[in-house]
Amino acid sequence: MEIIGKISYMETQATQPIKSFYETPSPSRFTGIGAWLLTIDHKRIGLMYMASVMVWFVIALILGLLIRTELMATGSTIMEAETYNAIFTLHGVIMIFLFVIPAIPAIFGNFLLPIQLGTDDVFFPKLNLLSWYLYMLGGFLAILSLFADGPPDTGWTFYVPFSVSTETNVGLTVTAAFILGMSSMLTGLNFITTVHRMRMPGMKWMEIPLFTWSLYATAWVQLLATPVLSITLLLVILERIFGSGLFDPSKGGDPILYQHLFWMYSHPAVYIMILPGMGVISEIIPVFSRKSIFGYKAIVGSSMAIAVAGSLVWAHHMFTSGMSDVAVFVFSFLTFIVAIPSAIKVFSWVSTMYKGSILMTPPLFFSLCFIYLFSIGGLTGLVLGAAGTNIQVHDTHFVVAHFHFVMFGGTGFAFFAALHFWWPKIFGIMYNFKRAYVAAILTTTGFMLHYIPMFILGIMGMPRRYYDYLPEFQTGNFFAGIGAYILVAGVLVMLLNLLISFKNGETSPSDPWGGTTLEWSIPSPPPLHNFVESPKPKGYPYDFTDIVRSNSLNSNDSLNRGSKL
Amino acid sequence: MIVNQSDSNYTDDKTCDAVGSHTDNENKHYDIVGSRTGMWLFLYTEIMLFGGLFVLYAAYYRMYTADFTGAGKELDILMGSINTVMLLVSSFAVAASITAIQKKSRKVALAFLGFALFLGAMFLVNKYFEWGHKIDLGIFPNSPLMEDSSHGRVLFFSLYYTITALHAIHIIIGMTLLAVTMAFIMTDKVTEHKYVLLENAGLYWHLVDLIWIFIFPLFYLIY
Repeated sequence: MEIIGKISYMETQATQPIKSFYETPSPSRFTGIGAWLLTIDHKRIGLMYMASVMVWFVIALILGLLIRTELMATGSTIMEAETYNAIFTLHGVIMIFLFVIPAIPAIFGNFLLPIQLGTDDVFFPKLNLLSWYLYMLGGFLAILSLFADGPPDTGWTFYVPFSVSTETNVGLTVTAAFILGMSSMLTGLNFITTVHRMRMPGMKWMEIPLFTWSLYATAWVQLLATPVLSITLLLVILERIFGSGLFDPSKGGDPILYQHLFWMYSHPAVYIMILPGMGVISEIIPVFSRKSIFGYKAIVGSSMAIAVAGSLVWAHHMFTSGMSDVAVFVFSFLTFIVAIPSAIKVFSWVSTMYKGSILMTPPLFFSLCFIYLFSIGGLTGLVLGAAGTNIQVHDTHFVVAHFHFVMFGGTGFAFFAALHFWWPKIFGIMYNFKRAYVAAILTTTGFMLHYIPMFILGIMGMPRRYYDYLPEFQTGNFFAGIGAYILVAGVLVMLLNLLISFKNGETSPSDPWGGTTLEWSIPSPPPLHNFVESPKPKGYPYDFTDIVRSNSLNSNDSLNRGSKL
Repeated sequence: MIVNQSDSNYTDDKTCDAVGSHTDNENKHYDIVGSRTGMWLFLYTEIMLFGGLFVLYAAYYRMYTADFTGAGKELDILMGSINTVMLLVSSFAVAASITAIQKKSRKVALAFLGFALFLGAMFLVNKYFEWGHKIDLGIFPNSPLMEDSSHGRVLFFSLYYTITALHAIHIIIGMTLLAVTMAFIMTDKVTEHKYVLLENAGLYWHLVDLIWIFIFPLFYLIY
């Protein structure tokens, strides 16, 4: 019965198209560009984030490529040492604060969280718009710091005493990070309130889709950890302006305390970056396995456990900074603890696929790459979390490779997967599958060639952030450089393929993949108020019985068409 | 937990139905508990913000206990006490204004809020004289006098200036909030049916007060 109802619903949709949110500005009095810049519609705000985040991503990607090009040969290759310091700092600051942190929550979270909860917007729509403006202001200040007094050269961690003594414009960049932090914090506040207060009537906590659950866990970390960074950055500014001495050893201050305060935010921030990515994967894997997610409650629990335990491990960044042995032991132990919930998720995803009827699509392909790359990132994290081995590889390229496996191989690939998964929902069009696969394979191959040599270089002892290196590191750096070019080429093919779909992409139906969460029950792109008629809670969100049945009835379904593109 | 109570004791059901969640986005449904939840979440972030500074205080107090207790004696307990009392009374005034609004007496509510604003301003004036006096004595970061002082004393006063300055900024934000609320009461946008803005402004003011309750003993009362 439900299938027939669904088909007839889609037919009425074809004859009487419901206006999408692109055609109905909110508030309705604004038109043209104002309909975007002054909107309080969560979907438009999500898309404004998408536009700005993508610009930053491409800029930081190119900066990263410049770094690796410089390192392909010993000595000065394409830039001077000062430029190199500035570029790796900017690469880090932009990637962390302007891409990885906002990418999934601000774009897909804004777009999908209210829909997955069966409501029409976030709780504070105006605050949501303010967050976007804060994000843009932070980005603008980051750009400005390039041109005034020289770009900062401290690395994205702004460690004292160097960040206080350097002549470059650290103050402005730190202010930018402060404002970006506020933006992220307010988004978190908005999401928590929305999840608590705006679930559709009848939706219980254990019926919330996993992506929204992961955003909820993330939001708590954003809310509680970000202020610690804010105050720390504020102190750096005060230190630079007034010489307050709180981190200055010559006045009795302790620079290690800066590191503690900095990582008290910045390690939880790593989970702000990865948790939403895990949520994306938890949505994609069951859809294309045509099978309920394995261990729904365990995944929910592990998201919250990561949020809690992840806030207690910060000092593992400081094993060589001169902490007491007891502290090293405790933080090393806690770091191992946090690996458990992450592993629960990986096992749940793999178990979901076991005996599922797997349908290969670009989003699933990216998700599989995610699982593989993230697992490597996670396991090498244990090498760093163990105090003994950490001393050996601390501040070497091993660390660089590890966190890029997690941040890029993890969050980055989850972001790509999310782009491909929700693209037809957001824009109502389908991209070319073949080019998407080519892009995914190029990106992954380039990724491996790029970062695996860094593991080896790290174990050999090559320090991170150095402008030059000993001749024995030449081969590894050269291959890493080649990998970087393949990687960037793959990303560009992917982005171009998505852009081309605007021109000749096929129109996508409301549920091209056979998803079961609420966003697939509404038209693509969604109408202004998301739901044509009030959604009814379906109970458990991952029941694929109907999808499997309708697939066997409907051999000519949209996916078969999609794969023939 | 407040956040899960589906309806509060004075949710205005008519407003909820009249502008239900499927009307225009601009007339968002009116959910008092939600607005309050948002404010509480925001207050957590403020606590974490000051928390960072209190962590520094704790660490340096442990390292330089003797210097800290010595420097604490240099602060004027009388001024600090007056400020404490003024903030406590102003918090009472804000709470009283909420009761007044509930009892539909707009003028009393405005009077109480005005009184709270006045006390907030007096707090800042007091603070200005305290700071001015210390700066006259040459006690401020990077001053020639401080360069000869013991490490603990330098850090004590750096923390004193940083924390009280950040707190003063919060007082100013809180006063702005209270002033805006007063304007809303005058234009009947805050009434006995819909006064969540006043409550939230009040919550913020209480937090500013509460933070001072921690600052006061940490700086003025340690011996």
